[in-house]
Amino acid sequence: MSTPPLLEIKDLYVHFGVFGGTLKVLDGVNFTVYSGEKVGLVGETGCGKTTTMKSILRILPMPPARITGGEIFFKGEDLLKMRAGELHRVRGRGISMIFQDPTAALNPVFTIGQQLGAVVQYSIEGKRLSRKEIWERAIVPLKEVAMPDPERMLNSYPIQLSGGMRQRVCIAMALVASPELLIADEPGTSLDVTIEDQILRLLHRLVKEKHVSVILITHTLGVVRETTDRVYVMYAGRMVEVAATEDLFSNPLHPYTRGLMDAVPRLTGGGIADGIPGRIPDYLNPPLGCRFHPRCPHAMDICHQEKPPFYKLSDNHEVACFLYRNGGRGTQTP
Amino acid sequence: MAEQVEVGEFAPTITRQQLRELQRKNRLDNLGRAWYKFSRNPLSIIGGATVLIVVVLAIFAPYVAPFPEHARPFTDFANASRPPSWAYPFGTDEIGRDILSRVIFGFRFSLTMGVVVLSLVVPTGVLLGLVAGYHQGSWIDTVIMRITDIFLAVPPLILALAIASVLEPNLFNAMVAVSLMWWPWYTRLVYGLASTLRNEFFVSAAEAIGGSTAHILLREILPNMVSPIFTKISLDMGWVIIIGSMLSYVGLGVQPPKPGLGTMVASGAKYLPDQWWISVFPALAIVVVVLGFNLLGDGLRDLFAAEEV
Amino acid sequence: MRLLAFVARRIFQAIFVLLGLSILIFVIARVLPGDPARTALGARAPQWVVDRLREDMHLNDPLHVQYGFWLRDALQGDFGISLVTRRGVADDVIEFFPASIELVLLAGFISGAAGIGLGTLSAWHKDKWVDNVIRIFSYAGVVTPAFVFAILFLLLFGLVLDWLPAIGRLSEGVPRPPTFTGLMTVDALLAGQFATFWDALKHLIMPALALAMGAMAQEARITRATMSDNLTKDYIAAERALGIPERVIMGRFLLKPSLIPTVSIFGLDFAASLSNAFLVELIFNWPGLSRYGVNAMLRKDLNAISAVILILGVTFITVNIAVDLVVRGLDPRIRLSAARSD
Repeated sequence: MSTPPLLEIKDLYVHFGVFGGTLKVLDGVNFTVYSGEKVGLVGETGCGKTTTMKSILRILPMPPARITGGEIFFKGEDLLKMRAGELHRVRGRGISMIFQDPTAALNPVFTIGQQLGAVVQYSIEGKRLSRKEIWERAIVPLKEVAMPDPERMLNSYPIQLSGGMRQRVCIAMALVASPELLIADEPGTSLDVTIEDQILRLLHRLVKEKHVSVILITHTLGVVRETTDRVYVMYAGRMVEVAATEDLFSNPLHPYTRGLMDAVPRLTGGGIADGIPGRIPDYLNPPLGCRFHPRCPHAMDICHQEKPPFYKLSDNHEVACFLYRNGGRGTQTP
Repeated sequence: MAEQVEVGEFAPTITRQQLRELQRKNRLDNLGRAWYKFSRNPLSIIGGATVLIVVVLAIFAPYVAPFPEHARPFTDFANASRPPSWAYPFGTDEIGRDILSRVIFGFRFSLTMGVVVLSLVVPTGVLLGLVAGYHQGSWIDTVIMRITDIFLAVPPLILALAIASVLEPNLFNAMVAVSLMWWPWYTRLVYGLASTLRNEFFVSAAEAIGGSTAHILLREILPNMVSPIFTKISLDMGWVIIIGSMLSYVGLGVQPPKPGLGTMVASGAKYLPDQWWISVFPALAIVVVVLGFNLLGDGLRDLFAAEEV
Repeated sequence: MRLLAFVARRIFQAIFVLLGLSILIFVIARVLPGDPARTALGARAPQWVVDRLREDMHLNDPLHVQYGFWLRDALQGDFGISLVTRRGVADDVIEFFPASIELVLLAGFISGAAGIGLGTLSAWHKDKWVDNVIRIFSYAGVVTPAFVFAILFLLLFGLVLDWLPAIGRLSEGVPRPPTFTGLMTVDALLAGQFATFWDALKHLIMPALALAMGAMAQEARITRATMSDNLTKDYIAAERALGIPERVIMGRFLLKPSLIPTVSIFGLDFAASLSNAFLVELIFNWPGLSRYGVNAMLRKDLNAISAVILILGVTFITVNIAVDLVVRGLDPRIRLSAARSD
């Protein structure tokens, strides 16, 4: 791609100071999104997906968390070096985020109108809007997310809404200021499968209508396959593989990615798979070298010692694994 | 061959003796782990140490106090109202008694109050709360909880004062008064916990097997509430001691010339500010004891909270 | 409508509780061995006078009949005659109650404002020195009984530093303000007597502060804990992510949910204040209902004791209902939990 990326994360290191020491959660994350793309981010719970996203908007809880290295460029500017006032321009306007659990993401003691209204008010620089104006502007995104009876919604409290409605409200709030990049952190995970489906379709439609770029975080491979252009696979605080979606599914390279694919239960033959033996590493004392080596069936000596860099196997496919050191085939896919 | 015990499908059989040893080792481990967690917090250690010191002082008062006879009727006007010195670290009061010794004996009254009151109140309150919570929604529940509400309608000290005032003023009656108004707090606490727990699966299971109500209440539901109850007991020791000292201050608890801490503060109040030590040291003693129990209670609370995770 | 139903239900419950309380007090009062009529008249009164008084006081009737008479009188505002002041207990109550209210109100205000303020400050600067200082202070405030603070303040401000007067509500020579509410400070303000207001305030501040310390400390602790808990909540992060400025989040979206536990315990703190007032009023010789009550209890003035407990019970219950209303206003989850749609 020759156009400059919309978002570029370079070598991001994030540590959490906890009682027993330091959790070295993010260990050199690299991540790029181009304008107009839908990029998927898959990985199991605890691999650092949400931490990475929260670092972009700098909403990590900063006493325990520390960003110890790296840069995050959004349209050329390093977000990590911005001061509060400048960040304000980006949050909600340039980049917006939808949280994993819509119930936790809404303030329980304020009405939807009050929260949405605040987002509306502060998305406009300099002008103070009247209550009426705020109300009128707030109804618009609610209608866009297909809320029944938006006026009554504004006077409701989150506890009065169903899970699906809460998720829609969160999406509405994220789209108020027409962001260029939308981060969707496992939307619909906490909901019914049918509702999840509705939400994903809604997102799909909105993304198309508004030409936003999307980072879609999920641990459901099927969703990724249907909706994204490119996919990153993340493990234990590092990206291990990135490819165009079709390439990833037809030719998974990293042993972890292969394990993930194999773990998906199939309806036809094969039955229930075994899963990947072992567990995600302890971030207090993460393994040296490649963080996946304790669970990797193809681990070599060098994997214990050095961190694998990304090897580019084609224009659209990179993998961080010593198996592909020489641009080679690695092991044959069975 | 020793008797074999089956411990489960996937485990080998072991002897009963080995099982007992394993259980004992497990209990010791738990204790060790609990101690480790508790000792990480310096404040809890300070609390525990303070309480321990006070208890030891109280028990061995006649041997520890420099002038144990001063806790009994005693006068020595030659040494009256002396400020703190090496001979009398806390000074002497208006009739020459050593305040340090009297404070040490005073701990006896305070601790007695705490222990006796809580020994009466906790079983009663907890039992009532269990019964009310288990029979939630029935007339038993209503009756018990309404009575509890009545006792709780009046701020704590006031009711204690009222009850104490119609009785002979002495420590025993002060304990009666405080006990009579303290039990509802435990009932309320346990009621809340029990009414949630009674809907748990294990209760229905026990009922289905035909467990007696007593068994369900005491062996199924109660063990799950041990931590909040214990935490409350530890914190309450402090409060009971304060209320006891307030009753004594007003004249309804420990009667002079006995060295109750509150009593001493009251009788010394007339000599402020010149002979400040007569009131101040007993007051400080109260604060120290309560502080100790509070820190201990907080430490226990943190300990139990962490365990639950 | 729901609000009305809630209040009505609470008042209904309150009446039952108060009735039960009155029975309790009545039983306690009659438990006292000895003859109330004899105590009232003294050891030297002739027996036939005592017997006549016993008839008048219905002391020979069965207990529940006695209670009936007492209740009937009480509902009409007649609580009998006080042994100590030799006049109607109702009159005593009317005279002394406002002084206590003034004290407890100011104490409540101080503890609420200062407690929440300190707790918020503590949470914002968590783990820094401001926080640590406030936490130590809060802890000290919780474990020190109010009467110790009272003595301390009396010593420090009243005698050693001589900043504030130690006794009574007004200094000698200062004219009493006209009686609108019975609260001297308020009355003085209403009447425009600023010198009187200032004097009354100076007398009020020490006892009120002594009373407020414990509650202030408690509220500061809870506010700090709740706030620092809520700071890590997802909705705060979400509000940040959506571009809402930090000051708006802190001042509005964090504050409201954090106040809920603090306000909830306000009822208990108020109860503690009413209790502690007994000793504080004694120490400062404040002419309030609590001091009257303590004297009544020491002299076994049964009529006065019953009335005082009842009045305090009513006050406490009223405050509890008010607190519950405020909490419901703050937290929609309580009033709407029946209306959830999922």
